[in-house]
Amino acid sequence: MTGRPLAQRPAALALNRAAAHPLAKPLLFLLCLGPLAGWIWAGSQGGLGANPAETLLRGTGLWTLRFLCLVLAVTPLRVWAGLVALARWRRLLGLVAFFYALLHFLAYAWLDMGFDPAAVARDLGKRPFALVGFVAFVGLLPLAATSWNGAIRWLGAARWRALHRLVYGIAMLGLLHFVWMRASKNRASEAAVYALILGVLFVARWLHAHRTKSRPSGRQPTSPPK
Amino acid sequence: LPAQRSTVAGALVMERPTAYDDVTGYNNFYEFGPDKAAPARHAGRLKTRPWTVVVEGEVRKPGTYDLDALLKLAPMEERIYRLRCVEGWSMVIPWIGWSLAHLIRRVEPTGNAKYIEFSTLADPQQMPQVSGRLLEWPYTDGLRLDEAMHPLTLLAFGLYGEILPNQNGAPLRLVVPWKYGFKGPKSIVRIRFVERQPVSTWMRSSPGEYGFYANVNPNVDHPRWSQASERRIGEDGLFTRKRATLMFNGYEAQVGSLYAGMDLQRHF
Repeated sequence: MTGRPLAQRPAALALNRAAAHPLAKPLLFLLCLGPLAGWIWAGSQGGLGANPAETLLRGTGLWTLRFLCLVLAVTPLRVWAGLVALARWRRLLGLVAFFYALLHFLAYAWLDMGFDPAAVARDLGKRPFALVGFVAFVGLLPLAATSWNGAIRWLGAARWRALHRLVYGIAMLGLLHFVWMRASKNRASEAAVYALILGVLFVARWLHAHRTKSRPSGRQPTSPPK
Repeated sequence: LPAQRSTVAGALVMERPTAYDDVTGYNNFYEFGPDKAAPARHAGRLKTRPWTVVVEGEVRKPGTYDLDALLKLAPMEERIYRLRCVEGWSMVIPWIGWSLAHLIRRVEPTGNAKYIEFSTLADPQQMPQVSGRLLEWPYTDGLRLDEAMHPLTLLAFGLYGEILPNQNGAPLRLVVPWKYGFKGPKSIVRIRFVERQPVSTWMRSSPGEYGFYANVNPNVDHPRWSQASERRIGEDGLFTRKRATLMFNGYEAQVGSLYAGMDLQRHF
């Protein structure tokens, strides 16, 4: 690659400028709430289908996976496409992923298990597929809890970064949970799409980490959001 | 489709039938797509006439039956059955049809006939998923002869007083109310009497999860979810606790004796 740095190229420049607009982040936030608004609207119109509980359970799970993919795409897009302004969106996307995971867990615990902790515990003990999803959800808790600036200072950037690398494992567990749900049917295409997306993001991330490690004088790796 | 109310014991459940739109809009019929709404969307393409059913195997009178002959083979009865899906939801459906036993007696099974295997239509021209790998096609399933002879085992041609909608398995399907819904193959084209226990499509697809019997049983869980409770479509609210699933889907008094002495954990 020669010439101007990635971030200075016209397309990246325009995208970065748009992403840095003061209204961009509030707009993104509203967009992220779109699926939830859709369910609330559909629910009030009786439009969640014949089995609303299943619709919500499936929907919240799927959007959790989608937002995990999105938040994991931030750093690769910054590094490989020069979209530096996206770094400002990372925390929001991560919290939204956690929010949908929480809704997914609540849908399971409430709609399916009748909010009975004993029933939830029994169910998780019996079903590895559900347990994997639960472990992924629990894994998101410390990340969500340390998403504020004070936590970063308190932990120190290095430890904070190490902790938040958990998200890669969590995404893998989430994917496994999804694939497992679909087991017994040859219906792999949708899961394969998410596997492919996550695979590409992981490789991109790994290449970047590898490059920065072998080039200590180069740019610092991902800094926590300011 | 005119019919008399059935007088068979247990054939008229005293529960509120599920709304017609849910019965005909929330279906598992994978030949038309894996989503519940796909059959209603795509099954319009299915041509249900002319239609024939081949009866073959261990019978003295094999043959090919035309749909019109089948419609007249026995008096049509209305039966209100619970339907419990293996996925954990249920409906109550007013079917129209007659006991499969009528047909079985007519074709005179030989002494070798121990099981019946049902095969369904698999036409990629009419069924978009049949060229895909979702399951092995054609969809097949089977019953033990005494199960098939039970008066509650219904060959259904209609529901809610009308001809069976395509997405519900037109022009004829099996309904075995004490078994999970997938034991009711749709759009049947072949009925074969055999000596050995047939291997169904779902057994082949996932032997650890689906057995030959597939009797509704709250005490035998599916490996990935509980079968102890179920959600009645259209009736149980979003925050209502799921209702308890009944042994043999509530038909234990009628069919329990078929399985006397059997280990139902093993023969799931």
